[in-house]
Parts: sequence; C-alpha cells; structure tokens
Amino acid sequence: MFATFDFDVIRRSLGYLFLEGMTFTLTLTALSAVGGIIFGTLIALMRLSGYKLLGRIAGLYVDFMRSLPLVLVIFWFYFLVPYVGQWVTGASRPVSVGAFTSALVTFIMFEAAYFSEIMRAGIQSISKGQPAAANALGLTYAQTMRYVVLPQAFRNMLPVLLTQTIVLFQDTSLVYVLSMPDFLGAASKVAQRDGRLVEMYLFAAVVYFTISCVASFGVRRLQARISIVR
Amino acid sequence: MKRNAMIGYTLAAALCAGPAMAQELTGTLKNIKQTGAITLGFRDSSIPFSYLDDNQKPIGYAMDICYKIVDAVKKELKLDKLEVKLNPVTSSTRIPLLANGTIDLECGSTTNNVERQKQISYTNTHFLTASRYVSKKASKIGSIDDLKGKSVVSTSGTTNIKQLTEANAERKLGINIIPAKDHAEAFLMVETDRAVAFVMDDILLASLVAGSKAPGDYVISKDAFSKPEPYGIMLRKDDPAFKKVVDAATAALYTSSEGQKIYDKWFTQKIPPKGLNLNAPISAELKNQFAKPSDSPDPDSYK
Amino acid sequence: MSYNWNWSIFFEPAPGGTGTYFDMLLSGLWLTIQTGVFAWIIALVFGSVIGVLRTLPSMTASWVGFAYVEFFRNMPLLVQLFLWFFVLPELLPRSWGLWLKQLPNAPFYTAAIGVGLFMSARVAVQLAAGIASLPRGQKQAATALGLTTSQAYRYVLLPIAYRIIMPPLTSEFLNTIKNTAVAITIGLIELTGQARSMQEFSFQVFEAFTAATVMYLLINIVVVTGMRFLERRLAIPGYITGK
Repeated sequence: MFATFDFDVIRRSLGYLFLEGMTFTLTLTALSAVGGIIFGTLIALMRLSGYKLLGRIAGLYVDFMRSLPLVLVIFWFYFLVPYVGQWVTGASRPVSVGAFTSALVTFIMFEAAYFSEIMRAGIQSISKGQPAAANALGLTYAQTMRYVVLPQAFRNMLPVLLTQTIVLFQDTSLVYVLSMPDFLGAASKVAQRDGRLVEMYLFAAVVYFTISCVASFGVRRLQARISIVR
Repeated sequence: MKRNAMIGYTLAAALCAGPAMAQELTGTLKNIKQTGAITLGFRDSSIPFSYLDDNQKPIGYAMDICYKIVDAVKKELKLDKLEVKLNPVTSSTRIPLLANGTIDLECGSTTNNVERQKQISYTNTHFLTASRYVSKKASKIGSIDDLKGKSVVSTSGTTNIKQLTEANAERKLGINIIPAKDHAEAFLMVETDRAVAFVMDDILLASLVAGSKAPGDYVISKDAFSKPEPYGIMLRKDDPAFKKVVDAATAALYTSSEGQKIYDKWFTQKIPPKGLNLNAPISAELKNQFAKPSDSPDPDSYK
Repeated sequence: MSYNWNWSIFFEPAPGGTGTYFDMLLSGLWLTIQTGVFAWIIALVFGSVIGVLRTLPSMTASWVGFAYVEFFRNMPLLVQLFLWFFVLPELLPRSWGLWLKQLPNAPFYTAAIGVGLFMSARVAVQLAAGIASLPRGQKQAATALGLTTSQAYRYVLLPIAYRIIMPPLTSEFLNTIKNTAVAITIGLIELTGQARSMQEFSFQVFEAFTAATVMYLLINIVVVTGMRFLERRLAIPGYITGK
C-alpha cells in the first residue's frame, strides 16, 4: 500500500512547512488568543456591567458571532476590513490590509465571542463578597476588577481558556480558503504542486494531532495542579 | 468638519510642495507614493503566468510583466525605493481584494470581459486563450456532449466555471459541477478520477498536463466553450492616472523586443521548478496584439 | 464606502439557468440543512455509543472511548475532511476507491460523515458528563431491581442523561450546521459556497454574504426556539432542567 508513496516530498519541504507555514499558524494563534482574550474580557465586563444597553449590545455581538460559520466570517472580514479601515481613519480609499492582519482581525473578533463566555463564567464564579469587600475598602469599580476579580477569574478559567486556544489553533487552518500560507496551506501548496495529496495531508494530520494532543495533555496537568492548590 | 480639515491639509501640502509638484496625485499612485509600497496579487498555480517556484516564491510571465510595471511606477513617482508586497489571491478572491485595496495589481491569468470591466479595469492584453477541458484518454470523452451526467471540475470564480454552468443549463447536460479552489487542485481531481474532466483555459490545461506525472494519459479537447479570450492584468476601476502609467508601461514592453523575450522565456524555454518546456510559440493574434496593444474585452477584436 | 450596492441583484437570473440568485442561495440553505441534519444523526449515534463506552466500568471500553474522542478532537475539521475526501480513497483497493470517488454526491456524503464523526466526539463528551452527573443511587437502584447493565442504561440512565444535556446538545447541533460550511473546501456548494459563487458571478460581495448571514441567523433562531420547546416538553419535574 505504501509502496507508491513518496515520503521524500515531506523531507524536501520540511523547511517551508515549518519555517513559514507553522510560524504563520503559531503566530496567528498566539496573537489571536491574546487579542481574543482581551477583547473577550471587555465584552464579558460589558455584559456584567449592569448597564442594560451595554449588556444588550455585548450579548447581541456574542450571539451574532456564535451563529455564523467561521468560514463565512473569514470571507466577510477579508473583504470588509479595508473598508472599515477607510471608515475609521477617514481615508479617501480603502486602507490596504495585508492577508495576515486581516486574518488576525478576523480571529480576534470571532474568538472573542467564545472567550467572553468563558471569562463571564469566570467572573461570575468569584463570590459576591469579594467585590463588596473591595468596594468597602474604597476601591473603584475599575480597581476592583483590575486587582481583585479579573486575576482570579483568569486564573480559575486558565485551563478552559487554553483549551479554547487549542481549538483556535485548529481553526486557523481555515485560512486555507484564502490561499494563505499557514501550515495546512503550505502543505496543500506542496501537495498540489507535486501531486502528493496523500502524503502531505497525512503528514499535516499527524502534526496537528501531535501538537493538539501534547497541548491538551499539558492543560490537563495544569488543571490537576490548579485544583489541588485550591 | 473632517472633510474641511482634509481639504485644509491637502491645500497646505500643495502649497508646501510648491511648483515641484505640478500635478496632484490621486488614487493608487498617491497611495503608493505615501506608503512607498505596491502590492501585487499572485496565484498559486497559474502556470506559467503566476505560480510558486520551489522556494514558494511567486514567479511567471505575468509576474515579470508586473515587475516591469512596478519599475515604471517607481520612475513616474521618482521614488528611490519602492517596496513590493506580495499577496496570494485565488480566482474567487482576486476581484474583491482588488476592489477593497488589498492588492494594487493582479498578476495572473484573468480573462478580460465586458462584465468584469464593470467592476475593475485591465491593462493591455498579455495572452489569448480559449476555454476547453482536459480528460484522461482512457475515459474517452470526445465532445462536450460526452460529459453528460458526469462530474466535471472547474476552478471557482473563473469565467470557465461560469461558461460551464451556462452550457450545462442551455444544453441540459446534467453535469455535476465541482468547484475547486485553484487549478492544481482541480487538475488533481481529474488525475485521481474524482472528476472526468477539468474545464479551464487551454494554456493552463496544457501546462498542468505537461507538469503531471504521466502527461501521455491526458487529452485536451478540440471542443471549446469559448473563443480565444484575452488575459489582462487587473487594476482598480476609475483610476485613470494609474491606468495611464500601467498602460504606457505594458505598451512599451510589448512593442519592444523585450515583450517577445519575456514571452519566449516562459513559453518556449525550460521553466522552473520542474524544467518544463511548454513549446507554445507566440500566436499570430498575440503578435498583432503586441504590435498594437489594447485592453479590449472583445475576443473578435484580436483576429 | 466606495462600493456599489445593488440589492435588487437577488432577483436577477443566475447563470445556472435554474432561477434567480435568491433561488441559488435558497438551494444552498437547503443543502446546508440537509448536510447538517444528516451529520447530526451520525454525531448522535456515534456520540452516544462512545459516550456510554466512556462511562462503563470496563477499562478497555473507557480506553476505546478516550482514544476515539482524542482522535477526532485533536485534528482540525478541515484536515479531517481532507483525509476522508482526498486520502481515504487512495488507501483503499483501487476499485473501491474509484467507486467512492465517482459517487455523484461524494462531497455531500463526505461532508455529512466527516462533520458527523467530528461532532460525535463532542456529543460523546457531553453524554459521558451527563451520565457522570447522575447520582450514583440511580445506577445502584437499577442494579438492585435486577436490571442488567444494558437495561439500566436503556431504561434509567440514558433517558435522564439526554434530558439533562439538552441545552449543550442544542449548541452542538448548531455547531454541526455551522461546521458544514467547512465542506466548501471539498466542493460542497452549501450556503456559504452559494454565497461565494454568487459573489463570483455577480461581483456583489457584500449583498451575497449579508443574505447568507441572515439565513444562518434564521437557522439559529428556528433551532433555538424549537429546542427550547422540546426542552420544556421533556423537562423532568423537580430536576434541573437546564440553565
């Protein structure tokens, strides 16, 4: 069965696959996770702020993003972001946004909806007495959040946030639809050029599987440690 | 308010620039001058027009032409340095990405037609090709009618898939049309027997066949879905200043001996990455076109 | 915004010769629903089996359940679809592979099975959690009454567990429908695919995507409303009926 396979094609393209493809994927994952968690926390704070309108807007945003397939959102943003840039900066023509930036904006905006739900649960898991105590000590709302609530919420939710980041890592493969050179995109470019779909896609599957497996194993260890400490 | 401020800035800039800048730059040229960069859209597998070489860098006939245009723009704007950014596009994304400013020039194998000219502009034609299909000799597809009821692949976002869709409806062929992301993927669908045929511009089919594992297994149809249609490099619509520069650059290239040289480099000599030679000498029609460059979308005007 | 809006584009004939652009999108919507439902059935069936396996006392059973879930959870859906679509037929004996590849609706079946199996891992996790959340007494009482393990699952544990996990199952069902959009990469022309072809044919990018967006929102509203109704009907009196 494997007689007709040409595993050398993998070896020959390793440099391109990892130096360019995997770098693209990991950079995109890391930046989107950081951006998504920050933006997601803001959304969660909006939802829990007690201002009806603000909470409503945040809730709608989350529901809206969560009803759409990521593929559609990726197309939307790739075509729309330059116009938004034009509108924001007041330029006379659409602002040129590169493929990477566009993908980054897409993933931050999309994943923020998911991260915000996690952060919301984390904030709600903090007992009411703590913000009340902080308030009694004279801390402002911002200080309470900054020094008391958010650090704990973030810590409690760290395993879930990391699990979502693994999902995000897998989701970045969808930029394939835009021909971007992420890991899968790079693998498919080599696969199609050399007519070696079987070898390259199997290899890509093994790489994604290994990374995700090791990462989720790490998250499980972390979770066990955190739960013992408490 | 904002607009007033903008006009103010523009005026101030114009005054400062003084007589050195006789003509105010607009559109793409202005943007290139401001950012010091121009973005070219390239394709993954439009061989030999725009494709990736062994180091995954975009190369090809259309890329060479684009670099000539870049030189001309640089000269026009009197820039010492002009950064060239490259952005991958597919048949499906190239027009929206050009319209939304992600790319400034699309360097590939885009058919120039009246319908698309409503959205974007083309510079002078760089190739002429008709829409045909490739199939395996073993599947014995003699004519378009033999495709009846079969699975046929084409690249999404091309004129070819549109022509196939229309022919399918008109002639009631009942073809199951599979859209592929790019040409290489579409061709692999035929190679792996997932589709019996791939409808595409014949030059692209010829280069895919030549680069395949067993070129002898395939046949390109005599039947065509279209007349030979022109390919052009795309640029944004309603940007006459930029178009003028681009048109002048391509016209100068095609009418000089260099046009023929670049053509020969990609069509009659060995090309990377596999050292193929497409052996497709310049046609009489394209030779005429090179002598009198035009951006006409009408196939009949090239006879 | 320098973009030419043309909302009447939906009523213009599409090049397919089968109607307007709106009809094109509707056929995409229909295919999305079909694929989603088919995939969901697969996800439920396989997810239930694996979910139960994970809760059985047998080490082998829970190990199989664990391995299955890890396998399908740790690869991007897109890669899984590629494996099913491009790789599997090449690994089979030639005649089988050929038969598979020449199925007229290959992208549809591949998408339904691929998305279905991908989602089944998530269903399994939810179900296992649902079963684990039941008080131990339930299983013990069933055993005391003389029910075999399979009877205990069939008549006692599963009926309650399914009702408890209704809310997460609703969102997994929605995820299944959304995930069918990934099949655009293997040539399935579902809703996102039709929106993309409409964009390619008509050049009206934002109208096409807006219409697809609205349709996805509608699917969501319908499913959420329907499931709420179902949840209320199936709620166990005196039990947590979801948050």
